[in-house]
Amino acid sequence: MTTVHDAAEHARLELLHPPNWCNPTPTARYDLVILGGGTTGLVAAHEAAALGMKVALIERQLLGGNCLNIGCIPSKALIRTSRLYAEMRNAEHFGAQSPADIRVDFAAIMQRMRNIRLRISRISSVHDLVAAGVHVFFGDAQFIRPDALQLDGATLRFRKALVATGAHPELPLIDGLDAAGYFTNANVFDLTELPRRLLVIGGGPLGCEMAQAFCRFGAQTTIVQHWPLFLPREERDAAQLLSHAFERDGIEVRLNTEVVSVRVADGQKLVHLVSDGHHSTIAVDAILTGIGRVPSVNGLGLEAAGVEFDRDHGVHVDDFLRTTNRRIYAAGDVCLEHKFNDMADATARMAVHNALQFGRKRLSKLTIAWCTYTDPEVAHVGLYVRQARERNIPVKTFTVMMHDVDRAVADSEEAGFVKIHVREGSDRILGATIVARHAGEMIGEITLAMVAGVGLRTLSRVMHPYPTQAQAITMAADACRRASGKRER
Amino acid sequence: MSDDDLLNELQRAAFGYFLSTCNPANGLIADSSRENSPCSIAVVGFALSVYPIAVERGWMTRADAVERTLAALQFFRDSDQSGQPEATGYKGFYFHFLDMHSGARVWNSELSMIDTALLLAGALTSASYFAANTSGEIQLRELVDILYRRVDWCWAQDNKSTLRQGWKPECGFLNYGWDGYNEGIVLYVLALASPTYPIARGQYAAWTATYQWENLYGIDFLYAGPLFIHQFSHAWIDFRGIRDRFMREKRCDYFENSRRATEVQREYARRNPNGFNGYDENCWGLTACDGPSQPPATRASERRRLFGYAARGVPYGPDDGTLSGWAALASLPFAPEIALRAARSMRDRFPEMLSEHQYASSFNSTLAGTNRVVGDDAVPDSAVANRALWVSTGHFGLDQGIVLMMIENHRSGLIWRLLRNSPPICSGLRRAGFRGGWLSGKSVAQRDTTPGQASAP
Repeated sequence: MTTVHDAAEHARLELLHPPNWCNPTPTARYDLVILGGGTTGLVAAHEAAALGMKVALIERQLLGGNCLNIGCIPSKALIRTSRLYAEMRNAEHFGAQSPADIRVDFAAIMQRMRNIRLRISRISSVHDLVAAGVHVFFGDAQFIRPDALQLDGATLRFRKALVATGAHPELPLIDGLDAAGYFTNANVFDLTELPRRLLVIGGGPLGCEMAQAFCRFGAQTTIVQHWPLFLPREERDAAQLLSHAFERDGIEVRLNTEVVSVRVADGQKLVHLVSDGHHSTIAVDAILTGIGRVPSVNGLGLEAAGVEFDRDHGVHVDDFLRTTNRRIYAAGDVCLEHKFNDMADATARMAVHNALQFGRKRLSKLTIAWCTYTDPEVAHVGLYVRQARERNIPVKTFTVMMHDVDRAVADSEEAGFVKIHVREGSDRILGATIVARHAGEMIGEITLAMVAGVGLRTLSRVMHPYPTQAQAITMAADACRRASGKRER
Repeated sequence: MSDDDLLNELQRAAFGYFLSTCNPANGLIADSSRENSPCSIAVVGFALSVYPIAVERGWMTRADAVERTLAALQFFRDSDQSGQPEATGYKGFYFHFLDMHSGARVWNSELSMIDTALLLAGALTSASYFAANTSGEIQLRELVDILYRRVDWCWAQDNKSTLRQGWKPECGFLNYGWDGYNEGIVLYVLALASPTYPIARGQYAAWTATYQWENLYGIDFLYAGPLFIHQFSHAWIDFRGIRDRFMREKRCDYFENSRRATEVQREYARRNPNGFNGYDENCWGLTACDGPSQPPATRASERRRLFGYAARGVPYGPDDGTLSGWAALASLPFAPEIALRAARSMRDRFPEMLSEHQYASSFNSTLAGTNRVVGDDAVPDSAVANRALWVSTGHFGLDQGIVLMMIENHRSGLIWRLLRNSPPICSGLRRAGFRGGWLSGKSVAQRDTTPGQASAP
C-alpha cells in the first residue's frame, strides 16, 4: 500500500488544506471559535457567518473531516461499484447474460472514488469558508483558559467556542496486530491493490459495508464479530437478514468470535480466532479493523477551559449541547452517541443557534435517522421496540415484507422489510426499521411523519407512484388503518 | 384412514423411537437414530414425558415406565457435577450432549439452560403422573425433587437481567443473545418457582421486554420465526386462557398466539417468496431442523445457499426450501384443521419424509433430481425417479417427542392436565405474572413447590 499522489489528490489537498496556506492574524475577539473542520465545524462556520458573526475555524488536518475524506463518501463510491460487480455476476437472475470475463480493475475503482471525493470536496473548501468571511486556521490549538485558545503562539479569544473535533478509529488490542499491520477507515481508501484475502474485524456499519464491498470486488473475505449478530444496535431480524445476505455473497461470517492474536509467517498474516472455546486459525493478506470510533478529545486543553470529558463518551454536554463551561459548546461525534453525519449537521446548527442566538433547542427532541449502506440497506429512525418497552410504552409493529411489494418483486430486490412501530392503541409512530435495497431513501418518509407529528394512518392517504418500493410504507399504513377499524368496531 | 387412526399410527410410531434409542442401563436417549449419536438431555426430558402417555395408551406397562424413569433420574442424580470438560453437568444443569454409556459431555457441547429445563419438565411430568405410594414411585418423586432443587438458576443469570443460554468450562457463559420470544417460558417458570435458587420476578419481565408484537400478513402475533418456538413450552404447559402481563396487554394468550403463528407459517408458504417446490397453504413447517448442506452435483450451478442444521423460520428466514412435516403436525392443538390438513397433504405428496411412520427431521423437494437423495448422499432409487427429494437421514428424538406429546395434548390433554397439578409449574407461572383461566381454580396445587405432591390424574 502506498499513499496515492495523483492529480485528484493534489486538487483535493488544494481545496481542503492548501500546502502553502498562511493562517490569518486573529482579531481581538471572535464571536465563535470552532475547533474542528469536519461536517460539524463547516456547517457551524457557515451558519454563524451567515448570521454576521466573527467566526474562526481551526483544523488540524483536512477540512471535510471523516465523512468526506475517509468515511461516508469514499465508502459509498466503492459500494456502488461493488454492487455493479455483484449484479454482473448475477445477471442471469435478471434474464441477462453475465459478461464472459468479469475482471476487477481495482485501480480504476479507486480512481473513480478519488474523483468523486474531489468533486464533493469543493463544497467543503477553504476558499468557500474564506468567501463566507470565516478566518480559517490550520494547526494544533489548545484551550489555555476558559475564553481563549492558543495556536502557534497566537491567542484566539472568543465569546463562544464550539468543540467539533469529531472521532477517530478505535484500535483493537490484539496481540501481534501492530506488528502484522492493519488498515482502518483512515487508510483503507489509500489501498492500491485489492488484497486477495481480507479479514474484517468488527461487524458494525463500517465493517459490514467494507466486508461486502471488498468481497464483491473479489477478495476472499472473512468478517469476525464479537457479538452474536451484526449491527448490534439494530433489530435482530435486520441483522439476521444481513447475515444471510453476506453468506449469499460468499463472505465467511464468524459471529461470536474474538481475534486473539496475529502473527506473520511466509508473507501472510495468521489470525488466531476463538469462538465459544473453539480455536481456529485463518490466513489472510490484509486486515481491516472497524470496531468503532472514539471521540477526539486529546491535546485540546479542555481541562484548562473547565470542560469535562472522558475517553469513551467524549465531551460532556447537556441537552442544549453546552459543556461544563457555559461559553463552550460541543457538537457532532466528539460528544454524541450517534456518530452520524446527519447528526453532526443537525447538532452544528443547534449549537450555533443555542450559543449565539440564545436558543433553547434540545438534543433530546431530535428525531434521529440513520442507515447502513450494505445490500440490502438497513435504515432506522426513532425508538426500537426494546427501547419503547423499557419505557413502558406499549408497542405494536406493522410489518410489510418486501416480497409483498410489487416493485421489489419486479426488481428482484425482495430481501427485506418495512417495520413501523406505533404506540399500541394509537397510530403515533415511535420508530421504524427498513431493510431494503433503498432503505436509506425510504426512511425519510417515516422521519418526516415523525417530525411533523403525522400518524401512521394518515400515511395511508399518501399516494406513491406505482410501482415503487416505498409503497411498502403505504401497505403498513393500510394495515394500521384496518387494525384501527377493527378496534373501533 | 380416519383422523384418529392416523394420529394413533403416527403417535405410536413416534414412541417407538424412545424404545429403540434408549440405553436401559442409565435411561439416556439418543439425540437421533444415526449411528453413534450421543444422548440429548432434552430428548430424555421428552422421553420422561411420553412414558405416561405410553402407559395410558397401553404401549408400555407402568412398571416398565417407572423402571426407565428411575434409571434416568438416578443417572442424573449420581452424575459428575464438577463442571469439568468431561463431566455431565454443573450447578445442577447438564451438558447438552452426553455419551450414551458413560454420560460424559461430548461434542464440546454447552451446559444448556433450556435443555436442562426441558429435561426437568419431563421429570416433573413423571412426578405428577407416578403419584402412587409404591416404593418405586415414591423414590421417583424424591429423585425429581433432588434434581430440581439443586439447579442454581441464580448462577445462570451471570449478573445479567435475563438468563444465559449456555456455559462452557472452556470459556464461561456463552455470548449468544437470547432476546425476543422463544421456547424459554418453561425455563423461566421453573427458575421462578425454585425452592432453592429462585430468580427474581424482574428477570421474567426483562425477558418479555424483548418481545416483538407484530402485525404480519394482517395477523397480530408475538413474533418468533421457527415454528418449534411456538410449540415446545406448550408441550408441557396449558396456556389456554392464562395470561401474563404482556398477553393481558395484547388481549391474547400464548396458546392463541401459537395458532396465529401457525397461520403465519401457512401464509408464508402460500406466498412462497423464494419459489421453492412444494410450498403452499397445505405444505409448510419451517423450524429448527436438519437440512441439506451440500448441493447435489446436479444442482451445482444453483446459487441458492443451503443451511444444514439451522433454525429455519418465517418470514425472515433462513429458508432454503427445507420443511419439517412434524412441525406442521405439532401445531395440532392450536389449529387442528389446518395442521391436520397439512399433515395429510404433505404425507400424501411426500411420503418419503416418513419411514416406518416416523417423521424425518426434514425434507427438501426443491433439491429433487433423478436420484433419491438421503442426507448428503445420492442414492439411486428407480422407484422414485423424477420426483425424488432430499430427506434427512434417520430420525431425531426432539421431533418424535414433540409430535407424540402434541398429538396427546390434542387428543386427551394428558400432559397439560398433569402439569396443571405440578406445584413448580403453577408457582412459576404465578410468579411470572400469569393469571386467570385454570390458574384461578382451586384444584390447582398451591401448597408448596415440592414436585412430587401432586395427585395422580
